[in-house]
Amino acid sequence: MTLNGWLQIALFFGLILACTKPMGLFMTTVMEGRKNWLTRALSPLERFLYRICGIDSTVEQRWTQYAVSLLMFSLVSALLLYLMQRMQQMLPFNPQHFGAMTPDLSFNNAASFVTNTNWQAYTPEATMSYLVQMTGLTMHNFASAAAGLGIALALVRGFARQSADTIGNFWVDLIRATLYILLPLSIVGALFLCSQGVIQNLHPYTVATTLEGAKQTIGQGPVASQEAIKMIGTNGGGFFNANSAHPFENPTPLTNFVEMFFIFLIPAGLTYTFGKMIRDMRQGWALFAAMSVLFLAGVVTAYHFEQSGTPLLARNGIELAATDAQSGGNMEGKETRFGIANSALFATATTDASCGAVNAMHDSFTPLGGLVPLFNIELGEVVFGGVGAGLYGMLMFAILAVFIAGLMVGRTPEYLGKKIEQKEVKMAMLALLVLASSILLFSGTTSVIQFAKNSYWNAPGPAIASLTNSGPHGLSEILYAYTSATGNNGSAFAGLNANTPWFNITIGLAALVGRFLMIIPLLAVAGSLAKKRQVPVSAGTFPTHGPLFVSLLVGVVVIVGALTFFPALSLGPIVEHLLM
Amino acid sequence: MPTLVAPEIETPAADAQFLAKGKRARKLFDAAIVRRALTDSFVKLNPATLYKNPVMFVVEVGAAVTTILLIRDAVQKTSGFGFDLQIWLWLWFTVLFANFAEAMAEGRGKAQADNLRKTKTESMARRLLSGGATETVPASMLRKNDIVLCNAGETIPGDGDVVEGIASVDESVITGESAPVIRESGGDRSGVTGGTKVLSDWVKIKIVSNPGETFLDRMIALVEGAQRQKTPNEIALNIMIAGLTLIFLLAVVTLAPFASYSVTSVGSGYMPSIIVLVSLLVCLIPTTIGGLLSAIGIAGMDRVMQHNVLAMSGKAVEAAGDVNTLLLDKTGTITLGNREAVEFICAEGVSEAELADGAQLSSLADETPEGRSIVVLAKQKYGLRGREVADHEATFIPFSAQTRMSGVDLDGRRIRKGATDSVRQYVEHQGGRFPSQVLEATEKISRSGGTPLVVSEDSRVLGVIHLKDIVKGGMKERFAQMRVMGIRTVMITGDNPLTAAAIAAEAGVDDFLAQATPKDKLDLIKKEQSSGRLVAMTGDGTNDAPALAQADVGVAMNTGTMAAKEAGNMVDLDSNPTKLIEIVAIGKQLLITRGSLTTFSIANDVAKYFAIIPAMFQLTYPALGRLNIMHLHSPQSAILAAVIFNALIIIALVPLALRGVRYRPLSAGALLRRNLLIYGLGGIVAPFPGIWAIDRLLGLAGLA
Amino acid sequence: MLQQIKTAVLITIVLTVLTGIIYPLAITALSQVLFPSQANGSLIVSNGKVIGSELLGQNFAKPEYFHPRPSAAGTGYEATSSGGSNLGPTSPDLSKRLGADAAAFHKDNPQQTGPLPSDLITASASGLDPDISPASARVQIARVAQARGISPQQMESLVGADVQGRQLGILGEPRVNVLKLNLDIDRQYPLKR
Repeated sequence: MTLNGWLQIALFFGLILACTKPMGLFMTTVMEGRKNWLTRALSPLERFLYRICGIDSTVEQRWTQYAVSLLMFSLVSALLLYLMQRMQQMLPFNPQHFGAMTPDLSFNNAASFVTNTNWQAYTPEATMSYLVQMTGLTMHNFASAAAGLGIALALVRGFARQSADTIGNFWVDLIRATLYILLPLSIVGALFLCSQGVIQNLHPYTVATTLEGAKQTIGQGPVASQEAIKMIGTNGGGFFNANSAHPFENPTPLTNFVEMFFIFLIPAGLTYTFGKMIRDMRQGWALFAAMSVLFLAGVVTAYHFEQSGTPLLARNGIELAATDAQSGGNMEGKETRFGIANSALFATATTDASCGAVNAMHDSFTPLGGLVPLFNIELGEVVFGGVGAGLYGMLMFAILAVFIAGLMVGRTPEYLGKKIEQKEVKMAMLALLVLASSILLFSGTTSVIQFAKNSYWNAPGPAIASLTNSGPHGLSEILYAYTSATGNNGSAFAGLNANTPWFNITIGLAALVGRFLMIIPLLAVAGSLAKKRQVPVSAGTFPTHGPLFVSLLVGVVVIVGALTFFPALSLGPIVEHLLM
Repeated sequence: MPTLVAPEIETPAADAQFLAKGKRARKLFDAAIVRRALTDSFVKLNPATLYKNPVMFVVEVGAAVTTILLIRDAVQKTSGFGFDLQIWLWLWFTVLFANFAEAMAEGRGKAQADNLRKTKTESMARRLLSGGATETVPASMLRKNDIVLCNAGETIPGDGDVVEGIASVDESVITGESAPVIRESGGDRSGVTGGTKVLSDWVKIKIVSNPGETFLDRMIALVEGAQRQKTPNEIALNIMIAGLTLIFLLAVVTLAPFASYSVTSVGSGYMPSIIVLVSLLVCLIPTTIGGLLSAIGIAGMDRVMQHNVLAMSGKAVEAAGDVNTLLLDKTGTITLGNREAVEFICAEGVSEAELADGAQLSSLADETPEGRSIVVLAKQKYGLRGREVADHEATFIPFSAQTRMSGVDLDGRRIRKGATDSVRQYVEHQGGRFPSQVLEATEKISRSGGTPLVVSEDSRVLGVIHLKDIVKGGMKERFAQMRVMGIRTVMITGDNPLTAAAIAAEAGVDDFLAQATPKDKLDLIKKEQSSGRLVAMTGDGTNDAPALAQADVGVAMNTGTMAAKEAGNMVDLDSNPTKLIEIVAIGKQLLITRGSLTTFSIANDVAKYFAIIPAMFQLTYPALGRLNIMHLHSPQSAILAAVIFNALIIIALVPLALRGVRYRPLSAGALLRRNLLIYGLGGIVAPFPGIWAIDRLLGLAGLA
Repeated sequence: MLQQIKTAVLITIVLTVLTGIIYPLAITALSQVLFPSQANGSLIVSNGKVIGSELLGQNFAKPEYFHPRPSAAGTGYEATSSGGSNLGPTSPDLSKRLGADAAAFHKDNPQQTGPLPSDLITASASGLDPDISPASARVQIARVAQARGISPQQMESLVGADVQGRQLGILGEPRVNVLKLNLDIDRQYPLKR
C-alpha cells in the first residue's frame, strides 16, 4: 500500500465530504419545489411536462397511492424496454444488425434496469443496438434513480411531518429529480467524460488494422451520455461488457476519479437533505458518519488484501510489493492505469452504493478483497448507497437499531421524535427478511439444482456447470450473483455464465423482489410515520446523533449482515482465504 | 385552599432508592412457587399454547424432529447416538427452561391471587328498602345503585360510595396496611371496597359494581395475570424476534445446499446431520429473549404490585416508563400536609417576647399541626414553655369559618390569631388600628410562599406569624433526577400564583399550575398531550376523574372515591402520591430489561458461530478450524457446548428477568452507553469463556 | 387506478423522449463539435488507414515490439468482447496460465531475472488495457533493443520519454501506452527489412 494510494483515497473522501452540503441543499430545494438557480431555466419545461402528463403537482398522495404510482410506472416502462429488446431488429439505430434478444434475457434485462440493478447477462457490444442502449437503457437509468430518490424523500417526509396523511407525489418527485438533478449533472458529466476520451457517436463499428497486421473491430456508440447517468444514478449498467474497466467508458485516472465521485455524490448529499428536511442537521451528519465508517473500513480491507496479493501469484514469480514503476499486488483483472488503490476504492464504492459499475473484475479479487464488495451488498448497500436506496435502507437500519437498543433507555423507542412501534418494526423486519430470503434461497437452490436433458431452463446437468471457478470460489460466484441482483447492484463475479433461462429468470426475479418488496414496506413505514405526532426531545430521549449512536448503527448493520450471511460466507470467501 | 389530608407519608431519603422493596415483596425463589413452576413447565409444552411464542415454538419443533431422528437412530443403532442423545436432551431443556421462567413469573402472581381469594368470603348484606326498612340478602345478589347498611364488625358487601355516616374501616385485605382508615359520606374519602371491614360506627353505602366485577375480583384477575394482554412494545419486540427467527431459519436451511455443494466440490467430508443443523438453528435464534420475554412482562406487573400499586393493564406500566410530564399535587406530594411556624414578626412597639407569648397563648388549645408548631417555635426561640392554663380563667375560642380566627380569652386579655383580613376587621371593629408595617409584612410572607397569621391582643396588633409550607426532604434531588431522565414535573396547587411560584422554586419543580381547578388540570393534560407528551398524574377526588381518565398514567388513591378509581389505570393502595415517581421508574426498568436481554441475546450469536461452523465442516474444510478460536476440543463437544450454553443462559438470566435490570436515574445517553456496554459488548464476549468452560467440562466428564 | 395507468404511460413516453432520445442525441451533437477526436474513439490513422485507438490495447507478439498484458477479450484484444479472465484467486486454471506465461516470458527475455512486475502476466479487467507499467516495459527493453539492433540505452531513453506519470500528479499509476510506444519505436528505429 502506497502513500499515493492513501492520498487518492483521502482526496476522494475529502471531495465527497466537501460536496455533501451544497449538493444536499440543492436537492432539498428541488424536492421541496422551492426556487433554485435552475428554476428559471427549467420550470417552464417542468410545468409543460405536468400538463402533457395530466399531473396536478399540488396534489399529494397517501403512501398507498404513491406505491401504486411507482408500481404502475415501473410496470409500463419495463414493458416498453422488454418490447424494444424483443423487436430491436426492426428498429432504427442498429448498425450492427443485432437480432432480437431472447425472451428470458429480455425479461432479465428489463427487470434489471427498472430496478436500478443493471445486471447484464450478455456482452452488450455484441448483443444490443444503439437504440435500445440509449433509449431503453438510458431512460431507465434516469427513471429508476429518480424513483429511488423520490422514495427516499417520501420516507424522510414521513419523519418530518406530523399528523399528515400524505407523503408527496410520486410523479412530481420523479419529474423534479430527473429534470433538476439527474439531467443537468449528466449533461455536464457526459461532456466532461467525452473530453477525456469516452466515445459518443452513432457510427458503425470501426475495423482497424493493427501494427502487426491483424484486424481489430473497435466498438462505437453513444457511450458518454449513458456513462454519466450510469454513475450519477448509481445504475452501473455498462455500454460495454467490461463496464468501467473499458477504456472507452473510463479512459483515464481522472475519469475514474470523477466516475467514483459521481457514485457517491447524490447519496452523500441526501444525508444532508435528510438533516435539512427534518430540521436537525446533526441527524444527517450522524448517518453520514456511520456510512463513512463503513466505507473506510471497506476500502482499507479491500486495499490491504488486494495489495497483499495471493500465494499463487507469488509462486509464479510476481512482485507483490508496490514500487515506483509497478503496482504490485493482485493485478489479475485490474487495469494498469488504475492500479491497486483505485481498483479497491472503486470496488468498495460501487458496492457501498448500489451502482455495480466495475473498473476491475471482482471475480479475480483475493478472497477477502472480494468479500468486501459481496458483504457490502449483503449489508443492504446502505453505505451512501444507491440514489435514494442508500438513505432509505440506512433509515430502515436506524429504525431497527433504535428499536433494539432504544428500549435500553427505558422508553418506547423513538427516532427523530417518532415512536417506533409495531408497524415500523414489522415493515423493517419484512424488508430485511426479503433481502435475506431472496439471496439465500436462490443461491441455495442454484448450488444444488440439476437440469434434465432438453430442459428449457438450462443446459442439462447441474446449474453450477455455468461457473468458471469451482470449490469455494464457485460458491462465491453464485452468492455474488443473487446478492448483487437482490441488492440491485448489478456488479458480478463475472465468471458465472448467467445467460440461460434459469439464471435470467431467477436473477430477474431477485432484482424485482429486492427492489419492490423492500420499497413497499418502507413506503408503509413512511405513511405510518407521517401520521404520528412528534414527541418533543428531552433528556430521556434516545440521542440519535453523536458517536454512540453512530457506533450502534454501524454495529447493527454489520452484526445483522454478519449473522445472516456468515454460514454461507464461511463456505465461500472465508474458507477460500484460509485455504489459500 | 383544598387540603388533602394524606395518610402517613414516609419522607424519601435524599438518595432516594427508587426501587426499594415494597410491602408485598417476596423471596425470589419461594419453594412453593418453584414447585408449582416446575410442574407448569411441562404443562406449557403443549404446542397449542406454545405457538404464541414463536421462538420457543421453533425450538420445540426442532426438539420434536430430533426426537424422531433419535428413535430412528436407536432402532438402526447408528454411531454417534450418545451425542444425539445429549443434544436431544438439551433441546428439550431449552424449552423447559423458558417455560420455567414464565411459570416462575406467573407463580408469584398466582400465589398472591390465592391469598386474596381466601379473604373473599361470601357475606350477607342488609339492603335498604324504600321506606327505610332493610332486608338481608347475600352479597352476590347486590346490584348497582342498591343502598346497603353496614354496622361495626360487618364486612362491606361490595364496592361503593358512602352516602351517609362515618366509620373506621379495616382495609388490610386490600392494602396490607392494618391501621384503620376513616370513610365518610361526601368529599374524597367516600369510597369503600367490598371485602373490607367496618370497625366502628356505621355507614350507608351505595353499591357501584355488580358481583364479579368488584375491585377485589379485578385485583385477583390482575395479579393472577389471567387476562394479561401483551403490551405494545412487547408485541413489537415479538415481531422483531420472530423476524430474526425466520432469518436464522433461512440461514440454516440454506446451509444444507451450500454444504452439499461444498462436499461435492471438495470431495471429502459429509453433510452436517439434521440434528446438527437443528442445534445451530436453536443456538442462533434469540431463545434467551424469546424464553424470558413474557416472564419479564409478568414480573414487571408483579413489581408494581409489590409496591402496593394495582395496575389495570401492563400497557399502563409501560406507558409509565414513557411519561414526559408528571403532574403532582402540592399538598401531600411535594410538601408535608401541614405548614409550620418559622418566624415571628413584631408590630412596631411590640417586643418579640410579647408577640411570642401572645402567639403561644393563642395556640395552646390549637391541636392542628400549625398550632402546635407555633407553640414549639415560641418555646425554641424564646424559651417560653407551655403553661398550664388550667390555673387561669381561660376560655378558648376555636376556629370557625365565620370568624376565620381562633384564640383565647385569658385573665381579661383577648388574644386572637387569624387571617390578615379577619384580624384587621376584628381590630378595627374595636377601634384599633392595623399598622401598615404589619400589612407589608403579611404581603411579603405571601409572596415568599408562606401563610401569614396575624396575632392581636384586644385592639392592638402584636405582629405576624410566618407559617411556611414545608417541602418534603429529598424532593429537590428527586426532581433533579427526573429532569436528568427527561421528565418534566408540574406542581398542581390551589394556592395563588405568588405562593405557588415560591414553593415551586423551593421544591425544584419545573412548572406549576396555581389556583388549579379540576378543569384547569384536564386542560393542562390535553395541552401536554397535544404536543406529543405523555402525562402521569395522581388524584383521588371525584372531580379528578376526568383528568385521571385523560392522563396516560392516572394513579388513583385507594382512599379516593370509586369514580376516581374507575377513571385511573392504576390504584395506589397506600394512597401515597409520591409513589408516582417509583411507578415511572418501574415502567422504565421493564423496558430496559427487555431491551437489554434482546441485545444480549442477539450479541451472543457471534460466539456460537465460532463454535459451530468450524465444527460442522471439520472434515470438508479442515482449514475452517482456524475459526475455532476457543480451541474447543472436538466437533461434537463444540456443538454440544454451544447448545448447553444456550440453554443454561436462560436459567441463569431468570433472576435478572424477574428482578429487572438495575435501574439508575440517568440521562438516556448515559443509560444507553452503560447498557450497551454491559449487554451489547458483554453479550458478544460472555459466551466465549462460557462455551469454552462447558467444552472443558464435557471433555473431563467424557461426554463428548 | 385507470388514471394512474394513463399517467404512467404518458410519463414513460415523455421520459423516453427526453432522456432516451433528446439527451443522448444532444450530447452526441455537442461532443461531435467540441471533441470530435475523442467522441469517435481517439483513433490513430496512418496513411489513411485506421490502425487502432490510442485508448485500446492491441495484440503484439513479435519480439521487436513491446508486448501488452495478456488479454481475456475473445482470442486476445478483441474489442467487441471486452472482459477479464474472471479466474478466481485460487483457480488452478489461473495458476496454469500464469506458469505458462511466466515461462514464455523468461524464454523470450532470457536476460530477465528476478520477480515480474505484477501487471506483466496478469490479464487486465477489460482485456483491452492499452497500458503496461513502466517496470513491465523495462523488462522487455533488452529483447526489443536486440530485435531492433539498437542499444538498450537508446531503447531505455525512448521508453522513459513515453512513460506517462500520474494524472494531475496524483491520480492513477504511472504507465506506458504500448501502441504509442511501439509506434514511436517504428518511427525512430524502423525495422530494416
